[in-house]
Amino acid sequence: MDAVFKALADSSRRELLDRLRAGNGQTLNELCARLDMTRQAVSKHLAVLEEANLVATVKRGREKLHYLNPVPIHEIGERWIGKFEHSRLQALSDMKKALESRDD
Amino acid sequence: MSKPKFVYVTYIASTPEKVWAALTKADVTEMYWFGYRVKADGKAGDRMTAYSPKGEKAHDDPIIESDPPRRLVYGWQPLFKDMQGERPSRVTFELEPFKDQTKLTVTHDEFDESSKIFGMISQGWPAVLSSLKSYLETGHGLQSTWAEKVARCDAQASNDR
Repeated sequence: MDAVFKALADSSRRELLDRLRAGNGQTLNELCARLDMTRQAVSKHLAVLEEANLVATVKRGREKLHYLNPVPIHEIGERWIGKFEHSRLQALSDMKKALESRDD
Repeated sequence: MSKPKFVYVTYIASTPEKVWAALTKADVTEMYWFGYRVKADGKAGDRMTAYSPKGEKAHDDPIIESDPPRRLVYGWQPLFKDMQGERPSRVTFELEPFKDQTKLTVTHDEFDESSKIFGMISQGWPAVLSSLKSYLETGHGLQSTWAEKVARCDAQASNDR
């Protein structure tokens, strides 16, 4: 679990996860094309995310596809969020989203 | 071949044989798959069946490949009313020993483009896999926050009617 928190404690790595959430199964080239980071930096961040099991990879021919793997994040949620708290938390989260989006 | 839509990985402190049994025996899936009885212990060409906690048939899909305790592939076409008519998608489980654990990779692909199942899957597998891991490592599955969510959606839908 330390590896998951360490991996998430970096805005560039969180941005990579956001990119994968928007488009799952991207190659290193595809990820680099839309980011203001060097290829080397992206590659290094992906290795940290893969080590923490937040990114899963699949080889397809010579390409390596990267997928957001939310299973460890789900485990963290399950650990501290109680069974009956989910709907209340969801309601709060929906309200926050609704109120904050009005300024757009 | 199109690329997979979802790839999920979890590391479980257990043997591939036990993980295999947990994925294929209805008596075991019932303990962590939110009460669903999923039977997939046949050979290629046999059927994978799943029953909801209420006893309703949720799946009757072909087993495409079965190589215990390494690789299991089956079709995925939920029998829920509002999802009928979708082309079946495909689920692949790969089990590999990793140090003293088993690395379980679940790949879900071959969806219809406008699939409704798609949205549910992105909620469902992480919940099922976390619960499976918890069950094999501690003897207890997790409470289903995902099933709670589905139940809430059902309640919402009946309120809207």
